[in-house]
Formats: sequence, structure tokens, C-alpha cells
Amino acid sequence: MKNGSIISIKNVTKRFPVGEGEFTALKNINLEFQRGEFAGLVGPSGSGKTTLLNIIGSLDSPTEGDALVLGKNISKLSHKESALLRNKHIGFIFQVYNLLPVYTVYENVEFALLLQNIPKAQRQKMVMEALEWVGLASMADKKPDKLSGGEGQRVAIARAMVKKPEIVIADEPSANLDAANTHAILKTMRELNENLGTTFLFSTHDEKVMGYLDRIVHLRDGAVEEDEIIKSKTQS
Amino acid sequence: MIQFLLKGILRDKSRSILPIVVVSIGVALTVMLSAYMKGAFGDMIDQNARFETGHVKIMTKAYAENKAQLPNDLALLEVDELIESLEKDYPEMQWVSRIKFGGLIDVPDEKGESKGQGPAAGMAINLFDEESGEAERMNIESSLVKGAMPQKNGEAIIGHDFAKKLNLNIGDEITYFGTTMNGSMTFQNFVVSGTIRFGAAAMDRGAIVVDVSDAQKMLDMENGAGELLGFSKLNAYDDEQVKELADSFNKKYADDANEFAPIMMPLREQNNLGEMIDYSNYMSGIFVFIFVFAMSIVLWNTGLLGGLRRYQEFGIRLALGEAKGTIYRRLIMEAVLIGVIGSIVGTMIGLAGAYYLQIVGIDISGYMDNSTMLMPSVLRAKVTPELFFIGFIPGLLAMVFGNMLSGIGIYKRETAQLFKELEV
Repeated sequence: MKNGSIISIKNVTKRFPVGEGEFTALKNINLEFQRGEFAGLVGPSGSGKTTLLNIIGSLDSPTEGDALVLGKNISKLSHKESALLRNKHIGFIFQVYNLLPVYTVYENVEFALLLQNIPKAQRQKMVMEALEWVGLASMADKKPDKLSGGEGQRVAIARAMVKKPEIVIADEPSANLDAANTHAILKTMRELNENLGTTFLFSTHDEKVMGYLDRIVHLRDGAVEEDEIIKSKTQS
Repeated sequence: MIQFLLKGILRDKSRSILPIVVVSIGVALTVMLSAYMKGAFGDMIDQNARFETGHVKIMTKAYAENKAQLPNDLALLEVDELIESLEKDYPEMQWVSRIKFGGLIDVPDEKGESKGQGPAAGMAINLFDEESGEAERMNIESSLVKGAMPQKNGEAIIGHDFAKKLNLNIGDEITYFGTTMNGSMTFQNFVVSGTIRFGAAAMDRGAIVVDVSDAQKMLDMENGAGELLGFSKLNAYDDEQVKELADSFNKKYADDANEFAPIMMPLREQNNLGEMIDYSNYMSGIFVFIFVFAMSIVLWNTGLLGGLRRYQEFGIRLALGEAKGTIYRRLIMEAVLIGVIGSIVGTMIGLAGAYYLQIVGIDISGYMDNSTMLMPSVLRAKVTPELFFIGFIPGLLAMVFGNMLSGIGIYKRETAQLFKELEV
């Protein structure tokens, strides 16, 4: 499944204006992620994890250097093109599940497909398939407030995965989950990664999450401290 | 997507109820006030047309200049011939002659001595010719309080309050004192056949209504009339049509310097009715503007609050790859949906209110005691087809405008902050 570069970060620097000066969040980062990787960015607060995820997720662009995602240079994309890239190819999983409270589980997952104008019959098939991946097909009609934390996060995974994106970016996905739920969602994501070949990129400092990763990029003060290739425990 | 948005609107009460209530109230008020303005102004104009101005009025040029004084010495003569020619030239109109006169009514006792007197404002119309439609036009039969319509010459109808003041009963005899068109004194006895209340204070004070042939005889106006009134046979006032008609008629007499030459005046050139017509037309527009403005401000604030509540939702949508412009357009689409729902609800409420005001009306007779204006004492709304859509203008505009203003915040959203924002 791991064939070819999907994300290429070349000499990326990101600076933010702070008062009259500047804060450098990323310093000359060089990274390459292959299709189908299950990797994580790890580091303390302020190490640049979220900034790097923002750039890879086409939510932000580098101040210097090139970030190529699926062959597209993020710096050169317009707002619309960035939105289209996210819409078609990138899924997001947040720390808080961020489900739309007035819609059912089914509708929350369906929303990602509505943005792509996929016909209803196809949408229905895809949504139910995604809910089956995360084991929540029977809860399709439930509202988010009737779900447990683990179930909510699994709906968020289904929403990110339903469009079968090439890349899924997960920002601290276990932050609000207990150990059992953390393992459950990680197993689900690992299966999806293996079955669909989706590249998963995490930002985490949770040891439990790290245990599932094939690769851990350690960041400190905006620079890559260590790029650690490991064999995931699930595969061992 | 529309279905998806509609579900959200209907399920999220805080997103839908307040805007729908605001739009509904505004639309209902617009519909009711438009109906009321239309009805009240329409009634005023209609009442003026029926009682006073006609859709057009023909007088001598001299009479027109002094018409407030009812100068019957300057009245039109050879009226039958003039009517015949008018009927030929303007077959779409119906022509009737009228005479207005002032004088004194004296009520004699059994011995013939005066037991009461009062100033009278007389009007002579064609009471006996059904084809003229005058009795119906002036609602005489339905305005009768006591007695009956005059059946023959020498009978008169008296204003009910005037009759009460003079202690008159049906069948009593009264004497009119006045001057003929030649300036000599005239006395004429009438038998009271009924008492009447027109519902317009200016008409009801000292009213006496007689047949035009009695007035012609009494005032020495053989084949004469103070005024000839023209009414559209369709019974609907068309401002443009009567203006053209008056222009065409007046052209014929433009070079005639004779002060007794006829002149035709359309309704809008009489009694400041033109201003009233324009005013009634402007008022609907002004109401719509006021409600659009006021509701936009309320809905702008509602939209801002909604925007804060939906901050997380918009963030997710941006992250999922919905472009800012698309979110903004869909927000406007939601506004249209809410605007339509609110406008439908508001129109239904407004129409119900307008219908109630059309049936019951608002009685302003208490304010009309000393009024000289010819206007109905009960102002009623009028339900017209345009009321079914007029409310949609403020309803939709305000909702869309309010959301457009509040939705601008979407464009200020930094996607780079989404992870942080959505962690809360």
C-alpha cells in the first residue's frame, strides 16, 4: 500500500507576527510521507505540531519553502482550491468530535458527501458503509447527544472517512477518550488504514496512540528532533 | 443540500423560531397596515367620488373657480343636451347631474308657526330614475335610519341627527328657504319621507336630499345643474383614463373665453384627492421600507447571535472543504427559506387581521364631530390580491439583508485557527 510520496515538506518555515516582531513556529522542516503511512507528530505544546498539520491540511500555508500535498503546492493554492483539496482528498478528526448537534449520526456523516454533490442513492450506500466500518450502523438515526464519547469520535472518524480521502489528519483524537475507547478508535483507524490505504497523520502526545503508529516524528521548538520509523504494535 | 439546510432550520429552534417570529410579525404588520391604508384611503377616495367629485366633474369655468360657495347662479344650463353629447363622446362613462344648495329649513307647528329652524346643506340627485344609479351610488336606501326613500316629487330625506334636533317625524312637513339661481328668494315645502345617516360627519350635518327635478324647479334652474358628475361604468377609478378623458374634453373648450363654458376636472384635481391618491400609493412603499429597515436590524443581530452559536458548525464546514463563499451563499439560502416560511406565516396572520379590519373597521366618528372633510366615520381595511405577496418583500429582503450583514464574519475566519477553535 505504501507506494509513492503523498506529502512532501521541503524547507518549510512558518512565522507568525507577534506584536511588532515575529514568532517562528516551524524552522526549515523537511519531511516526506508515503501513501498509506500511519504516522504521528509528537512533541510538547508549542513544538509546531498543529502548525505543520495546518499546512499539510491546506488550512494554512508556509512562509517559506514548499509543502506538496498530493502533488499540489499548498503555497500556490487559492482559498477555493485549498477548500476543494480538503473537500475531495483530506479528512479531519478533531480532539472534540464537533458533530453538528441538530443532525443525526447518518446526516453528520452524509454532510461530507453533500459538499461533493454525490447523488442520494450513492450517498446512502457510502454513509452506511462508513458507519459499518466504525460499528455504528445501528445508531444512524441517533442524535449526537445520545452518543458516548467513544461513539461520538467514531462518528467523526466515519465522517472523515466516508469520502475515502487519501489523507486523514487527526489532531489529538484521543484527548477526550478513556483507554478502552482510545484503543477501540485506534484499532478502527488502523483497520481503515490497512484496508483502504488511507494515510493517517496524527498530532498526539498520548502514549497509547503512539503505540499504534508506524512512524513518529518528534518535533521540538519548530524543528524535527527525530524521525523515528517503528513497527506498529498491532502489526507485531 | 436545501433539504439538509431545511432540516437544520426546523430542528434548531433557536436558529428558526426567533427569525421566523420577527419576520412573521413584520410581514403581518406590513400586510395589515397596507390593507388598512388601502382600505381607508380607498374608502375616502371612493366616498369623495360618490358624494362629491365623481370620477370626473363638469362645471362652468366660473362655477369651478368659486365652487366652495355653491354658486348656482353660475350653473350649467342645457344640461340634457350636454349629457347627450357626453354619452356619445364618452360611452364608457355614466353622467348624472347634481345640484348642491344651502339654505334654511323651517319646521312649522300645527298652526303654521315656526317651531324650529336650522341651516341646511342640500343635495339634489336623481332619486327616481333607477338607471342613473344615484340612490345606490350614495347608499341612500341602506343609510336610511327611519322612513323610506322619496317616492314622488315633494318628498325629501333629512339627516337623522338634523331631524332629531328639529324634532321631526316621518310625514312631517318642512319648508326650505333659500335663493334661486337668479338671486330671488324661494320657499319650497317638502314632506319628510325618511331620515338618513351617511356615516360622514361633513355630509350628515344639516343634510337634506331631494330629487334633482324638485331642486331645478325650486331654484329656477330649468334644465340646469351645478355639476355634472361622470362615473366609469366599470365603477373603478382609473387615474390615467380620467386624466386623458378630461384633457380631451377640456381641449375642446380651451379657447372659449366664456365663463359659462364647461370645464372637466378629474377626481385627483379636486379636494386635494390627487395628493391623497399619491400618498396612499407611497404609504405602502414606505411601510415596506420601514419594516425592511427595522427587521433587518433585528435580524442582523439575530444573525450575529446565530453566527456565534454556529461558530463551531462553520468551522467544521470550512475544515471539511466548504469554501467561505459557499457557506455564505448557503447562509443566504437559509435566510431565503426562513424568510419564505416567516412570510407565509406573517401573510396568513396579516390577512386574517386585515379581514377582521375589513369587516369591523375602526370607528373614528368620535374624532369627526367638527370635521369638514368628507371621509367615512368607520375606516376599514381592504383585502386585495396584492396583499398575498406584498409581505414577502419585507420578509425576504430583511431576512436576507440581515443574514448578509451578519454572515460577513465567515470571510474573516482564519482556517489556520480552526484546530484551536474546534478544540473548545
